This record gives sequence, structure tokens and C-alpha cells, in this order.
Amino acid sequence: MSDSVLLLTIFGLAMIVGFEIITKVPPTLHTPLMSGANAISGITIIGALLAAGHEQTWLTVVLGVCAIAFATINVVGGFLVTHRMLSMFRKKG
Amino acid sequence: MPAELRNVIYFVAAAMFIFGIKGLTHPRTAVRGNMLGAGGMLLAIVVTLIDKEILGWQWIILGLVLGSSIGGYLGVKIQMTAMPQLVALFNGFGGAASALVGGAVMHELISKGEPTTTQGAVAIAATGLIGAVTFSGSMVAFAKLQELISGKPITHLGLKAANTALTLLGLGLAVMVVMYPQAAWAYWLLVVVMLGLGVLLVLPIGGADMPVVITLLNSYSGLAACATGFVLNNIVLIIAGSLVGASGLILTRIMCVAMNRSLTNVLFGVMAEVGDAPSADEIYAGKVKSTTPEEVAMLFDGARRVLIVPGYGMAVAQAQHAVRDLAGLLESRGIDVEFGIHPVAGRMPGHMNVLLAEADVPYDQLKEMDEVNSTMEQVDVVMVIGANDVVNPVARTDPSSPIAGMPIVDVDKARTVVVVKRSLSPGFAGIPNPLFAADNCLMMFGDGKKMVLELVGALKAG
Repeated sequence: MSDSVLLLTIFGLAMIVGFEIITKVPPTLHTPLMSGANAISGITIIGALLAAGHEQTWLTVVLGVCAIAFATINVVGGFLVTHRMLSMFRKKG
Repeated sequence: MPAELRNVIYFVAAAMFIFGIKGLTHPRTAVRGNMLGAGGMLLAIVVTLIDKEILGWQWIILGLVLGSSIGGYLGVKIQMTAMPQLVALFNGFGGAASALVGGAVMHELISKGEPTTTQGAVAIAATGLIGAVTFSGSMVAFAKLQELISGKPITHLGLKAANTALTLLGLGLAVMVVMYPQAAWAYWLLVVVMLGLGVLLVLPIGGADMPVVITLLNSYSGLAACATGFVLNNIVLIIAGSLVGASGLILTRIMCVAMNRSLTNVLFGVMAEVGDAPSADEIYAGKVKSTTPEEVAMLFDGARRVLIVPGYGMAVAQAQHAVRDLAGLLESRGIDVEFGIHPVAGRMPGHMNVLLAEADVPYDQLKEMDEVNSTMEQVDVVMVIGANDVVNPVARTDPSSPIAGMPIVDVDKARTVVVVKRSLSPGFAGIPNPLFAADNCLMMFGDGKKMVLELVGALKAG
């Protein structure tokens, strides 16, 4: 199996797993789900770190630093605001 | 660190994301789930940082400090009513980060003189395409939600032609990026074209449809991250990106079903014109009964089951805490109180639930539309606060109505309905609501918060 096919397989499986678990998230938690998804989409930070960290050219460093900043906003802001929201949900009594 | 070990740790991080989202399937486990996700992220970042090829620490620290301070500020300070704007902003940043990484990797490959694989080139084109459209589209959605620009739907014939032209141009450039991976200009031109397309796609969409737009862009931001994963051959990016992509797609579907509209209709169509439906005057003439807080307080004396149906108008009036007090007071008198939440009651999926949770309403009191509809006949008093279209019975009765077929909260089937509203003005759909003229309906005209506070006062006095 070539690398591309392997990666596409992982992509397909992850989409299936995503559909399976996310359909079970109750409507009451859909807003935290979205902000949590924002935080997780900040995973691009991995790519940004590699781009900025390799110090290949000035251009890649500038692009990398901007990407790190954007992705970090999502990671830090996303997890924080999700935590804030989820802490508000309490049961009766 | 050997590449194998790094990949194993990336897998662990991906699994933590999956179990983290699984935690979100119940409010009780949700806080832990979110922390698990954050832990997975930290793990993935640390593993990447101890990569021996990382040289430019000062730049990394600069980016991290910048991002953490802005993200930290937003995360702690944002008002819950502004969550849709924040999510729109985050969607855009996710798209931007992916497009920037795609560009950086391309320039790195060019400067090293390394050949780009077909998979790499296709993935780079995809990050530019999805990332840029997500960024600019989200910025327009943010501006609309923040009311920096008008939320009114814009219809202009030239727009469709421009969109088609930009789409074709973008696809052509994407093919260029794949065929000539050394041509950096093609990538950046693709980004510029897609930025333009993102603006033109979201600009015409009205404020009422923003929930669908932000859920869809949420999905795109995930798919952009996924494309970055294909650029870098990195599994944690692919898995995390797919999860976000799947989540956004599911929520988009739920929103479309809740409005009974197809995705194409939301994105490219306009709401159906109001046909020869009866005018507001014909429906309301002489039949609307207005009431006072004192009368409603007496109504509650004989009630055993009360349902509160909040709409975004309640949040605009900042009436959440007053409503919570009302619910508490009624419960202390042995009345069974529940909240019936329509999926599009707020400005994004689940928004109303967060606003009520913030006002200390317990989550087990918040019921879904289908659940309250099944027992509506047994409800003595329904209080509709700041909602209109989502309780309009014409959705069931009039097939020619613009909201025909939209699922609604069937409040008209309850014994008595009290509607708290400023006036008889129509909602987003622009149509009159026969509920207001129904025999079992009483209108309490006024500001949501003021009226609910007066009602609480009348209950305490009575």
C-alpha cells in the first residue's frame, strides 16, 4: 500500500469515527463542541512549528510565525472558552 | 527521537482527541473530555518541539507568546452572547494557519530544491484553496454577527457570475499548483482568488442563516488542517482535522433540518417570497388579547406544568437571569417547570443552552423540541419569551408559507400560551404569526426582562 493510500485510509476511518461519536453529542453541548473543535483544529500548530523551526529562509520563518500565532489563538482560546462554558453546566439541586 | 516513537506519540494524542470528544456526549463528563483534548494537544506540541531539526526557538516562542496572549484574552473575556462571533473568528484563524503552513512548506521545498510528490502538491493546493476561503468567509461572518456590516441578505445578479468566475479561476490555479510545484506565484494567486471567493460567498447570506455558515466554516477549518496533514504526512493532523470536519458537517445538517432548508438553498438561494398569504391585519384584527403580569401571575395559581420557550430575543433583552428567577419561584410552589429549546433558538447550535446554563438553569431542565412536543397537550401554561418563527403554527398548516415544513415547538397545543414580546412585528421570516391571535394565546407586550421581572414581583405579591 502506498503512503498516499495509507493516509487516505486513516482520513476515511477518522471521518467515520468522528461521525459516530459526534452524532451522540447532545444538542445542549453543541456550542462547546464547536469551540472545542476550534481548539482541536489548532493542531495545525504542529505544521507551523516545523515550518518556523527549520529556519529555512526568512520567508518560511515569517509564514511559520504567523501560522503559529493563529493556531495558538485557537488552541489556547478554544480550550479555555470551552472549559468556561462546560463549567457552567450543572445538574438540578 | 526516532520517527517511529514520534508517530506513536502522535497516535496517542489523536486517541486523546477522540476520547476527549467522546466526553462531550454528556455534560457530566464534558469538562474532563475537554481537558483530555487539551492534554492531547500539549503532548503533540511537546513531541514536535523536541524534534532535533527545530532550530529557530526565538521565532517559535514569539509566535506562541503572541497567540497565547490573544487566545487567552479572548477565551477568558468573551461574553457568552458573543460565542458565535468567537467561533467564526476561530474558524477563520484555523483556515489562515493552514494556508500559511501550506505556503511555508512549498517555499521550503523550493529553496531546498527538493521535488514535490504528487500527493504533496495536491495537498498544498488544497490547503491554499480551503484555508483561504475559510479565512475570508469567516471574517465576513464575524463582521455580520458583530454587526459591523449589515446582516441583511444581499441579492445581486452579478454576484453569481462573479462567484462562478472565481471558482473556475481558483480550480485552474489549483491545477497549476499541482502541475508546476515550483511556481510559488500560482499558490499565492490561488490564495488571493480564494480570499475573494470567501467574501463573495458569505456576503449575500442573511443574519438568520449565520448558524449554518459558521457550522460549515467550522467543518472547512478542520478539512484545511486535514489537508495540511497530507502536506506533511502527519497522522495527528489528519485525524484531528477529520474530527473537526465531521463535527462541522453534522452540525450543518442539524441546522439545515431545523430550518427545513437545503444547504444549497441557504448558501445560494434566498428565502421564499411571501406569497398571497393573509396579511398581518387580517390575522390579528380584533383577535389579539393583551394581558398584564398580574393576570399571568393569577394564571400560574392553577397551573401544574409550565413550559418556557426562549428565543434569541430573550438574550437580546438580557432576561436570562430574570427567567431563571421566575422558573425557581414557580418550582418552589410545586409547579413542574421545563424549558423547550428549538435547535435554532440561539445564533449557533446549542447557543441558548449555554446562555441559560450561564444564568444557572440546570441542564436537565432544558428539553429538546421533540421531547416537549410529545407532551404539549398536558402543559398548562407556556411562556414564549423573545421567540416568533420557531413557534409559528403556519409551518405545519400552510404549505405555501416560507417556513412550511420547518419543525416548530407546538406551543399552540398547550392549554394557555403567554407570549412576551415588544410588538406584533414579524421575525426573520417576515410573516405574521396566527398564534398571537389564537383563542388560547395572551400577549404580554413589553421588554422581555422588564415584563418577567414584573411577573416575578406580581407572583411574590399575590
